Amino acid sequence: MTDLLQTSNLTVRFGGHVAVDAVSCSFRAGELTAIVGPNGAGKTTYFNLISGQIPASSGSVHLLGQDIGRLSPSERCRRGLGRAFQLTNLFPKLSVLENVRLAIQAHRLVRGALFSMASSHTALTDEAMAVLERVRLHAIAEQPVTELSHGNQRKLEVAMLIALDPKVYMFDEPTAGMSADEAPVVLDLIAELKADTDRTILLVEHKMDVIRTLADRIIVLHNGALVADGDPAEVIASDVVQEAYMGKELADV
Amino acid sequence: MLMRLISGDSPRSRLLTALLLVIFFGLLFAPFLFPGVRALETAARICVFILLAASYDLLLGYTGVVSFAHAMFFGMGAYGVGLASQHMGRGFGSLIFGSLAGAALAAAFALVIALFSLRVRAIFFAMITLAVASAMAVLVSQLSQITGGEDGFTFQIPRALGPANRMGEFGGINITGKILNYYVVFFVSLALFLSLLRIVNSPFGRVLQAIRENDFRAEAIGYRVVRYRIIATCISAAVAALAGSLFALWLRYVGPDTTLSFAIMLDILLMVVIGGMGTIWGAAIGATLMVLAQTYLQNLMGSAAEATAAIPLLSRLLDPDRWLLWLGVLFILSVYFFPAGIVGRLRTGR
Repeated sequence: MTDLLQTSNLTVRFGGHVAVDAVSCSFRAGELTAIVGPNGAGKTTYFNLISGQIPASSGSVHLLGQDIGRLSPSERCRRGLGRAFQLTNLFPKLSVLENVRLAIQAHRLVRGALFSMASSHTALTDEAMAVLERVRLHAIAEQPVTELSHGNQRKLEVAMLIALDPKVYMFDEPTAGMSADEAPVVLDLIAELKADTDRTILLVEHKMDVIRTLADRIIVLHNGALVADGDPAEVIASDVVQEAYMGKELADV
Repeated sequence: MLMRLISGDSPRSRLLTALLLVIFFGLLFAPFLFPGVRALETAARICVFILLAASYDLLLGYTGVVSFAHAMFFGMGAYGVGLASQHMGRGFGSLIFGSLAGAALAAAFALVIALFSLRVRAIFFAMITLAVASAMAVLVSQLSQITGGEDGFTFQIPRALGPANRMGEFGGINITGKILNYYVVFFVSLALFLSLLRIVNSPFGRVLQAIRENDFRAEAIGYRVVRYRIIATCISAAVAALAGSLFALWLRYVGPDTTLSFAIMLDILLMVVIGGMGTIWGAAIGATLMVLAQTYLQNLMGSAAEATAAIPLLSRLLDPDRWLLWLGVLFILSVYFFPAGIVGRLRTGR
């Protein structure tokens, strides 16, 4: 198995505060890595550094062996880095279908992009509908995003990531705020993606049962630093995780 | 067929459709429906300003970029035609060359301004355009040997388009070159208007809307946001310049007050806002209303003042000299009651 994504000594400082502290880690194809850590541990910031929303203070990010640390988010995305966001981040006034179609269109060469009708590109529409079917949103494809429930907006967030067809999937708490009967659709989908061994999946998640069933590997961030990396069962049981989540004093008791 | 022509962007409201049809047929048959110099003058003005407002909406409404240089681009087209006709002699060649040169210059200016400012932040673009437009207005009034300064200059257009070209009679109306000229303005405006409608409904237009809605996410899914904004700015500037060429062709005159002034810039802004941002149809409604109000409000108030002559205070308020005051009141009311513009209001229903 090859390393798809690699960060070396990746660091970012905001003033005196070190939000991500020299994190070195490789992500192999065909692997689902769960990233855990308490609130404020730097998980989302680590994601932002990888996908380019925040420039790193030092350290590097490599995708498929190439240094992408100085590229814009759009360039990184075109090279195969797909990201879903923790706070739903969609195109609110456009329809569900249009949101997914835009994600697909971003990676296609569209003929006559300026003077053809968007609706005449039926191949894009069909592809978008197929993605929407996977997250069970195809029935409400024409609704504007603003009319969607929170759970459905989360699903659409996931659908847009799948539509990008990336090499590296980055999920940031994909099931946050979803009801118990909505979450399985998304989790089953992630399990499906895992079966494709060319890709790698990074998953920020708090729910331990989700991690136990899905993750091949866990890394733990605490105060911006990587404090544990390994097999899920071992890491969850280890002292560092107990300490990170419950505080040192409690873990000592 | 019809849906393809309007790029599938139906007005989605009966009243709006009716209004647009009235505007379309009113303009199409303007020389026959409203005979008279002033009426035709107004109709040509409406055609040009619909196109100008629509091109501004591509930027403001669809891309979410605020520009204060649109009147400048408009002026580039107008001066292009004027200068070409003056120096190359009257003729269609000069008109076409002047229009294309004006449009190319406008697009090049837009590109440079956009490259310098859009990379940083969209608000910076507004400031730069304001500065460049002011500088250009000063430059044009100073270079009076070339531009005629504050007075502008008149020029000659092909004889075929002049009032002296009599081509016979139709329905009791003398068909002159002036009417032919009107139809050149009308059909070129219409063609460019439909092209803009197509652009905003193309895959490219969808990306612009996505950028306006959420530029952060558009970047994250792989669109080079800055590049899209720059292209939209250039297209918008080029179309504005072409509108300026048509206006110069119609007036046979160019000058700072008719094309470059800040008053024109404000008019464009108001047309788009009143009509409804983010819909090309809104530009058509807004421009028509604005031009009509500017042309006929004074007359209307004159007759209203006469009718209310017996009532002391009211007749004074309705005095034709106060027309700008009432125009202002109308703007405030329309923005207050239709924050999404007239089209936005009509589309959402009650």
